[in-house]
Amino acid sequence: MTFTEILWQLLPGLWQTVSLTGLSLLLSLPGGVAYVLLSQSRFSWLARLWLELFRTIPLLVWLFLLFFGLPLWTGLDIGGVGSAVLVFVLWGSTEAGEVFRGAWRALPPAQLEAAVSLGLTARQRWRYLLLPLLLRLSLPPLMNVATRLIKTSSLTVLIGVTELTKAGQQIIEREDNALLIYGLLLLGYFAICFPLSLAARQLERRWSLL
Amino acid sequence: MLDWAFMASQVPDYARAMLTTLGLGGLAVLLSWVLGVSNAICWYFGYARWLIGAYVELGRNTPLLIQLFLLYFGLPQLGILLSAEACGVLALTFLGGAYFTEVYRAGFAGIPLEQAQAATALGLSKPQLLQLVLWPQVWQRQLPAAAATGCFLLRETTVLSAIAVAEIMYTTTNGIALYYLTYEFLLLMTLGCLLLFVPLSLGLRRLEARLA
Repeated sequence: MTFTEILWQLLPGLWQTVSLTGLSLLLSLPGGVAYVLLSQSRFSWLARLWLELFRTIPLLVWLFLLFFGLPLWTGLDIGGVGSAVLVFVLWGSTEAGEVFRGAWRALPPAQLEAAVSLGLTARQRWRYLLLPLLLRLSLPPLMNVATRLIKTSSLTVLIGVTELTKAGQQIIEREDNALLIYGLLLLGYFAICFPLSLAARQLERRWSLL
Repeated sequence: MLDWAFMASQVPDYARAMLTTLGLGGLAVLLSWVLGVSNAICWYFGYARWLIGAYVELGRNTPLLIQLFLLYFGLPQLGILLSAEACGVLALTFLGGAYFTEVYRAGFAGIPLEQAQAATALGLSKPQLLQLVLWPQVWQRQLPAAAATGCFLLRETTVLSAIAVAEIMYTTTNGIALYYLTYEFLLLMTLGCLLLFVPLSLGLRRLEARLA
């Protein structure tokens, strides 16, 4: 197999990794809002439990639990990809929710008071002040959540998802070149995650409010 | 219906699995802590900064599973044969070392430069500066972050099941494949994990509350 052929073979796996994490991340955003609303409601203990469950029990355990357990307990077979998305969204929602909460707490009160005293309506305050500020405060940490999600998505190979890691393993089974392929995969994940975390760091610096 | 008698018969296996997780994970935490602290000290005094920076970025921006596979399946091609346990500890140490370096690098960066200048002006050598001035503060200040990193690393030990290290996850998949009693093994897995990780989380919370 030539090098180009190898890269070509990895492509579908890469697409699975990207679409899996992309979808999970996208669904985690409304999930995060739901988490924040829950944590502000009478049932805040429920949000607390939700968070602790996903912080205490490793994600691999969750993946196994849903992949093997869900069909047994509910008769619902959502497969490897379905279980992975479900686990990642449940986890990502707590992470995104904590990011939103942190952003809300970091809002400078003086700006809000200034907006009120200038006579801006509630709608205007959201449009011109709150949303832009919240976006700037939450985007960099959300990008860090994204890199963690991408790295964790490699675990889905263990519940039979044909993502980037699995695509690499299929080549290895035929070509017996584990060192090259896993080296390539390592660089591949690095090529995705490093720019993301670098950008997050720089945006955070540029958008710091003080 | 759950087969309780069968589950009871599997308890010794799970106890062994939990000990494996604790043993390998604990060893990796220890090694990566030493690695992280030495890296941070080198960084502070300006040695090998480029190398340390590259290592931290590589360790933090790649998945543990791939690091593990590279060691376990890749190294034999170079004629280096290591046991699954050794590969597991090495990969965890590689990963954890990067995170601990980051924790302690931030710790040293948080100490005002004037302290080092004053110590140098008083004639303290570099080891004295480190031992008497910097380290006690860094240790205290970064204890919660370091403990959190240690807990994170112990939880990551579950990934070692992918190369057949007999910890909780591997014992579970193996059991399901052998006996086809999925309910029982999933319950044992969950209980084992809770038993292992809930006390860790609670301890971490208490530590954070005490130092806050």
